[in-house]
Amino acid sequence: MTLMTGIGAAPAGSARPARKSGRRWLPYLLLLPGTLWLVVFFFGPMLTLGAASLWDPAGSLQTGYAQTLSFGNYVDAVRDAGPQLLRSFWYAAIATLIGVIIGYPLAYAIALKAGRWKYLLLVAVVAPMFTSFLVRTLAWKTILSDNGALVGLLRDIGILGADGRLLATPIAVVLGLTYNFLPFLVLPLYASLERLDRRLLEAAGDLYASPARSFVKITLPLSMPGLVAGTLLFFIPAVGDYINAELLGNPNTYMVGNVIDSAFLVRLDYPHGAALSFALMFLILIIVMVYLFRSGTDEVV
Amino acid sequence: MESTAGDLHIANVTKRFGIFTAVDDLTLTIPQGAFFALLGASGCGKTTTLRMVAGLEEPTAGQVRLGDRDITRLRPYQRPVNTVFQSYALFPHLDVFENVAFGLRRRKVRQVASQVERMLALVQLEGFTKRRPAELSGGQQQRVALARALINHPQVLLLDEPLGALDLKLRRQMQIELKRIQTEVGITFVHVTHDQEEAMTMADTVAVMNAGRIEQLGRPAEIYEYPATAFVANFLGQSNLLAGEAAGLSGGDVLVSAYEQRFAVPAVRARADQGPVFLGVRPEKLALVADGAAVPAGHQSVAGVVTDSSYVGVSTQYLVRTGWGTELAVFAPNSGTAAPLALGARVTAHWDPRHAFILRREPGEGDRTTPVLDEPDAVGAVS
Ligand SMILES: Nc1ncnc2c1ncn2[C@@H]1O[C@H](COP(=O)(O)OP(=O)(O)O)[C@@H](O)[C@H]1O
Ligand SMILES: [Mg+2]
Repeated sequence: MTLMTGIGAAPAGSARPARKSGRRWLPYLLLLPGTLWLVVFFFGPMLTLGAASLWDPAGSLQTGYAQTLSFGNYVDAVRDAGPQLLRSFWYAAIATLIGVIIGYPLAYAIALKAGRWKYLLLVAVVAPMFTSFLVRTLAWKTILSDNGALVGLLRDIGILGADGRLLATPIAVVLGLTYNFLPFLVLPLYASLERLDRRLLEAAGDLYASPARSFVKITLPLSMPGLVAGTLLFFIPAVGDYINAELLGNPNTYMVGNVIDSAFLVRLDYPHGAALSFALMFLILIIVMVYLFRSGTDEVV
Repeated sequence: MESTAGDLHIANVTKRFGIFTAVDDLTLTIPQGAFFALLGASGCGKTTTLRMVAGLEEPTAGQVRLGDRDITRLRPYQRPVNTVFQSYALFPHLDVFENVAFGLRRRKVRQVASQVERMLALVQLEGFTKRRPAELSGGQQQRVALARALINHPQVLLLDEPLGALDLKLRRQMQIELKRIQTEVGITFVHVTHDQEEAMTMADTVAVMNAGRIEQLGRPAEIYEYPATAFVANFLGQSNLLAGEAAGLSGGDVLVSAYEQRFAVPAVRARADQGPVFLGVRPEKLALVADGAAVPAGHQSVAGVVTDSSYVGVSTQYLVRTGWGTELAVFAPNSGTAAPLALGARVTAHWDPRHAFILRREPGEGDRTTPVLDEPDAVGAVS
């Protein structure tokens, strides 16, 4: 650069800038399709939704809505859906916890112990996603059904009472969430464990760390980026999910997604549905920020 | 001799990977406090040997003992042995201080801070405590790896090509450093290297390893002056090895006939006195005179033609083709007394028989005059 400015006064300058400016536009040209996509399918709907959340709640689809900047919609929506909101975060948190308990050993085994079975196991983790979310959840409905083998077994060994059931309980919803979002937790975790340099574990062993200490001092901290990314990818869609609560739960297990769903499709109350959507988004955003800050990981995003 | 309670014994140790034998019935005793070098070409089993001492690899057969204590089956973290790894293997998420303190913390030792400070001073890295390994140069990382191992005062410190990743200048500097540190702490160092110069300048004792076996063990000068095998003769420096037949003893000498000439070598410098042998002379032990000129009394000689000469400062290195086609290497010191020889000059190469040596030779093996090439181990590769 300094070299260029040094000879910048030379007459050669005339032809160059034309080519250079052509080059300068290239990155923007490459960004164009993505930007257009974002504008049309993300920012557009977001603006519409944001506007809708401030509409006059007295309007209706038939009579039309007036833009009255009714911030009160947020207060009403959050108050009315309070139990479901709390339940969403609660269920998602428990599911994430179970997900970590199941997913960490799974990712660890695939990354470090599976040998030549590694890729087969990875495919097995991803394979459920080859069918639709809905079909998978419906399959769980069958598995957890009152006269299914699982409930029968649990009744026989006395974990469930004689007329105890799984379907239409919070347990079913949490199990469904865990099952459906587990791959999103396992894959990033696998990726960071796979990158782990095993020679570091040898070095730790050489420096008097037992295998358990090596795990706590080396493996766990070095897999933190994967764990943080995985739990976020699990938790965020789980909070907003309504299919599991709809198909595996009952009205008392409804989550905030079910409320939004019904606001738009059943009650046709667009302002409150939109306000609740936005409120949920902000809440998740705050939780994610706090989480990232607390886990001290800036390498994830 | 000092006390032998801390000697490291490797007894009849064999390591096989599948059908491949990486270490083959190896037996070694490394005295307590020694600076011991394990020298060999890449892939000869040096790292595998070290890993068996460290407990990172289990021998297929044989025993590793420290003094009287059998440590063959102990886990790595149960052995009073520490390693400086070829790749350093510093913990990337810990700073220099915590890397060095790692072993002390695992053993719940007190006064970690003062010990770490002292160790960092020993390796001249004061003031680097808060840096992460990624923020250090190769040489600094190497010092951290050394400090991290040494701070535990192991009975034996294993160093696997610790200087392999450094450039030449830094390597020479670190060789001196390592030697100083070893003298200061008095811990047994087992230093693996493929660099013969490094092994010779640093170690009290060198073991030359080839294809999973020890070819020769001794003080550097001993090995250099009187190699035990053709491999050693050309791995440690360079030798002119002429194929001949030994014809028994005469007086104190072994007689050898080669290429219709007869030579004699003192019996104390002969590994065999019958059958196929190599007659060996180091290039710097050969001297050249013009054809027909007098050869010093008692010297033996071979005639030839100068085919190549390269001036390397301290000496001029000539190649002399003998009547039977072999090219001998001759290093003539640049002492300023002899005029340089022209290419094509007819010369006589002569030597004092007390500088020659006789090695066993496989029947059918021809002359060997070129050094064994030692390629560095790929740094960072799993080895
Ligand atoms: N885990 C292993 N599995 C199979 N072969 C191995 C393994 N480790 C080392 N080897 C082989 O053993 C030989 C000796 O290796 P190594 O001890 O690393 O040599 P060096 O350190 O002398 O270069 C090499 O041929 C290498 O390929
Ligand atoms: Mg090696």
